[in-house]
Amino acid sequence: MKLITAVVKPFRLDDVRNALGEVGVQGMTVTEVKGFGRQRGHTELYRGAEYVVDFLPKVKVEVAVSDELVDRAIEAIIGAAKTGKVGDGKIFVMDLDQVYRIRTGETGDQAI
Amino acid sequence: MKKQMSALVALAALCGPALAVAQEPDSGSTAWMLTATALVLMMTLPGLALFYGGLVRSRNVLSVLMQCFALCCVISLIWVAFGYSLAFAEGNGLIGGLSKAWMRGVELDSLSGAIPETVFAMFQLTFAIITPALIVGGFAERTRFAGMLLFSILWLLVVYIPVAHWVWAADGWLYARGFRDFAGGAVVHVNAGIAALVAAIVIGNRTGFPATPMPPHNLTMTVIGASLLWVGWFGFNAGSAVAANGAAGMALLVTHVGAAAGATAWMTLEWIRFGKPSVLGIVTGMVAGLGTITPASGFVGPMGALVIGLVAGVVCFFATQFVKRKLKIDDSLDVFPVHGVGGFTGLLLTAVFSAAAVDGLGLPDGVGVGGQLITQLIGAVATLVWSGVGTFVILKLVNLVSPLRVTTEQENEGLDLVLHEERGYSL
Repeated sequence: MKLITAVVKPFRLDDVRNALGEVGVQGMTVTEVKGFGRQRGHTELYRGAEYVVDFLPKVKVEVAVSDELVDRAIEAIIGAAKTGKVGDGKIFVMDLDQVYRIRTGETGDQAI
Repeated sequence: MKKQMSALVALAALCGPALAVAQEPDSGSTAWMLTATALVLMMTLPGLALFYGGLVRSRNVLSVLMQCFALCCVISLIWVAFGYSLAFAEGNGLIGGLSKAWMRGVELDSLSGAIPETVFAMFQLTFAIITPALIVGGFAERTRFAGMLLFSILWLLVVYIPVAHWVWAADGWLYARGFRDFAGGAVVHVNAGIAALVAAIVIGNRTGFPATPMPPHNLTMTVIGASLLWVGWFGFNAGSAVAANGAAGMALLVTHVGAAAGATAWMTLEWIRFGKPSVLGIVTGMVAGLGTITPASGFVGPMGALVIGLVAGVVCFFATQFVKRKLKIDDSLDVFPVHGVGGFTGLLLTAVFSAAAVDGLGLPDGVGVGGQLITQLIGAVATLVWSGVGTFVILKLVNLVSPLRVTTEQENEGLDLVLHEERGYSL
């Protein structure tokens, strides 16, 4: 099992959610985050006081997937999140030791 | 009620001059002044409170709201105790007396001119409330509540009330000289403006200023506040006519023109200079226009107001840049460059645009623009000096008894939690 963490542009979230659904990934956790990679921030001006804002709003999507689904899930995320412009985001893939469904106690692939 | 009064009057007429007849207030003027009082109170609560509240960081929003609210409460009590008396009861050229302390003699039927004295006292109270509340902008986000309260009370007594007496009381020395400050260019704006500047310098800049970004946390709140200020200002200026008549109507008109012109000028300058017009800019320009037209509002015509508003937008715009960028003084909410500079400019322009030749309502007989200008300068400078020095002394004294500034850790955590144990937002 793998834990896939994808940081994407906020307006792509709905497309990512749908694309993942289509390849069979139903559950996910979404967080609003701030960050930057190579994308530059912007300036804001208040009564002559200028501020450079480095951090850009992003959305972090975390999904737990069984090994067979990993490649398709990643393909789906990239397809849905990519705009071709700087700031599209990154995907991190980590090994997942164990998963539990709290309600039933199921573990492993049964719990995903 | 009216029938009984008429019967009494008829009876009194029969009895002859031996029986004094109670004069009735002018109902139209009374109705207007009751309304104007409410409008000006609204300027502080919630107008100024929201305007300032939106401009600070979210961790300090409640501290600003609390300051405005608390000042309204405390100042109101002092006013009815002896504030009103010291400002407006007969005294000497510098200060009033205590004949009206505890509102003695201010009764149901007491009149001040053509309106009930209760209404006049209340109307003036709303000005006494908003002036110290304006100063709060100069030391926002780093000042202890207790210190601020003590400072404001002393400032009301030592600075505001004397100046109000000089300018608006019949025996005030500036009033006697023919100083023209219709609705508070000196009494409110120069007074508060210089006090805020001195306070910002004495209390010191916010930690991290000017390198750390400290942008407004909620400009929607600020715009709501600004809108309430625009509407409320009709009470502030048109109400200063203390009558429901043509003078009030003209004050209403010129006030509005001043606001619109100031806002447009600032917006245009920003657009040219920075490439984009901002919402903070347009509302600040509006305030600048209003503050500058305030002393002139009973003496100038609409075309004069147009010029005054445009000048206000331009002058206050550059003044703000100067104080923030060149002098690097953290007058957090720009009280001095907008109200102080605006009010001072307006006081001087009052002399110029009072003249009938420039659409004004005229100068007194025998007084020329030059002579009036000198009088205006005397009053403006006197206010500036008295408030500036008075503020400095009061701040130093208060600091001995109750420290004015919070610690750096407290400043970082935010005043709402540290001083009030509350959160503005639970999101």
